[in-house]
Amino acid sequence: MGIIFHIGRYTRFILRVLRKPENGAVFRRSLVNEMTTIGTNSVGIVALLSLFMGAVMCLQTAHQVSGWIPVYTIGFTVRQTMILEFSPTLIPVILAGKIGSNIASQLGTMRVTEQIDALEIMGINSAGFLVLPKIIAGIVCLPLLVIMSMFLGLTSGAAIAFLTGVSNMADFQYGLQVDFVSYDVIYAIIKTTIFSIIMTSVSAYHGFFTHGGALQVAKSSTNAVVYSVVIIMLSNLVLTKLLLT
Amino acid sequence: MIELKNISKSFGEHHVLKNVSAKFHPGKVNFIIGRSGSGKSVMTKCTVGLLEPDQGQVLFDGRDFTSMTQRNRKEVRTEIGMLFQGGALFDSMTVSENVKFPLKMFSEMTDEEMDIRVADCIKRVELEGHGDKFPGELSGGMQKRVGIARAISMNPKYLFCDEPNSGLDPQTAIVIDKLIIDITREYGMTTVVVSHDMNSVIEASDTIHFIHEGEIAFEGDNAEMLVAQSDTLNEFIYASKLMQKLRDK
Ligand SMILES: Nc1ncnc2c1ncn2[C@@H]1O[C@H](COP(=O)(O)OP(=O)(O)OP(=O)(O)O)[C@@H](O)[C@H]1O
Ligand SMILES: [Mg+2]
Repeated sequence: MGIIFHIGRYTRFILRVLRKPENGAVFRRSLVNEMTTIGTNSVGIVALLSLFMGAVMCLQTAHQVSGWIPVYTIGFTVRQTMILEFSPTLIPVILAGKIGSNIASQLGTMRVTEQIDALEIMGINSAGFLVLPKIIAGIVCLPLLVIMSMFLGLTSGAAIAFLTGVSNMADFQYGLQVDFVSYDVIYAIIKTTIFSIIMTSVSAYHGFFTHGGALQVAKSSTNAVVYSVVIIMLSNLVLTKLLLT
Repeated sequence: MIELKNISKSFGEHHVLKNVSAKFHPGKVNFIIGRSGSGKSVMTKCTVGLLEPDQGQVLFDGRDFTSMTQRNRKEVRTEIGMLFQGGALFDSMTVSENVKFPLKMFSEMTDEEMDIRVADCIKRVELEGHGDKFPGELSGGMQKRVGIARAISMNPKYLFCDEPNSGLDPQTAIVIDKLIIDITREYGMTTVVVSHDMNSVIEASDTIHFIHEGEIAFEGDNAEMLVAQSDTLNEFIYASKLMQKLRDK
């Protein structure tokens, strides 16, 4: 019963979000704002995580390399982990904590302080006005962040290999290139785009339908993160099955 | 004219409005009064469609708002200005931006025309010089006044004010009452004011609806209210010592 209610309400919510914006100029301005909040403001954290992740993957794999496992496995593993899983899945999951809670608490506060009612009374489609720029900003920014993450992860893997001497550059480079299928990157971008839609829309849904006061806003913001992460993980499984096998 | 016909609204088992009917007239300040929790805010929200009534009809100058499609509702909505009980200012925007927002969204004005209009609205609520502040930097009463400025910026045909002068000092409250009366007369607006401030009821009301336990227990004007033979109404009106003294004189 509960889940069917939510699916129905979420669907109606998304249909409202997708209506044509009332005022193009105002819409473009808030899109730019959202791209700053969602994209630009996340560059730092994504860069930091990716640099460390690439480096750690390199050292961990180096630790396994002995005897019959060739040294180029290091470059190969760093590449596969970053491109297939870390960048496209874990980055959105981590950002769901940052961006999702931000979206839900902003919309939740606007709901309980009647700001959403104030928009409605002016004849504005509040769901579209507030949420569509966030979803589009996510679709634009997350793939870019993820590509940056892949690039930084591979770079830092190479750097740490070189600095610690666990692999020479030629082996690392061979590992990066061996059996490379560019479809993997496309798969990653498709995943990221879908995860970004899940993250922004699920969080917005939780914020938008908050009732009550500060306590409920906090609860919505927690729910936003939890549900976003769980749904991202479930769709990760489904998408991987559909796209890779 | 706004007409409510047999509006009922419940939340679960809690029947907040029971078969409420009322008429609000243009060019008049129509008051809804009643105790806290009696359903005044729910009644206004049902009127403007922020809550869907379980039953009944709302007519805006004969247009049946309740059964309208969202698109047609939008048209009526742009003719409505509303002041919310808590102000409901957009806290990411400055005072001026708040007042300008409806103009930006819907009017054909140039930027200069909008700025003139915004300055005018801000002046009417006596907040000159505060245009660049954010709502968080204002007192509760000042936020209310910005809310009024925003509500009147589009020159609405229908104006709803939920407790316009709660949280205001008596002097500012009088200024706001006077502003509401003036703009109502000037533009022939249909104004609905929710209040439990007896002072402004006496000063500003043209018609009064007293709501008690979800029903309209009295309907009339000032003079009629003061002599009405209703216990619940009298209890409400003469709750304060000041009003009792006035009566006893
Ligand atoms: N969204 C809601 N869900 C459930 N109950 C509600 C909701 N909104 C209002 N109520 C209930 O309806 C009743 C009337 O509320 P309303 O806000 O209309 O009171 P009011 O007359 O405006 O009071 P006040 O003068 O304090 O603002 C209250 O008992 C309240 O608990
Ligand atoms: Mg109220």
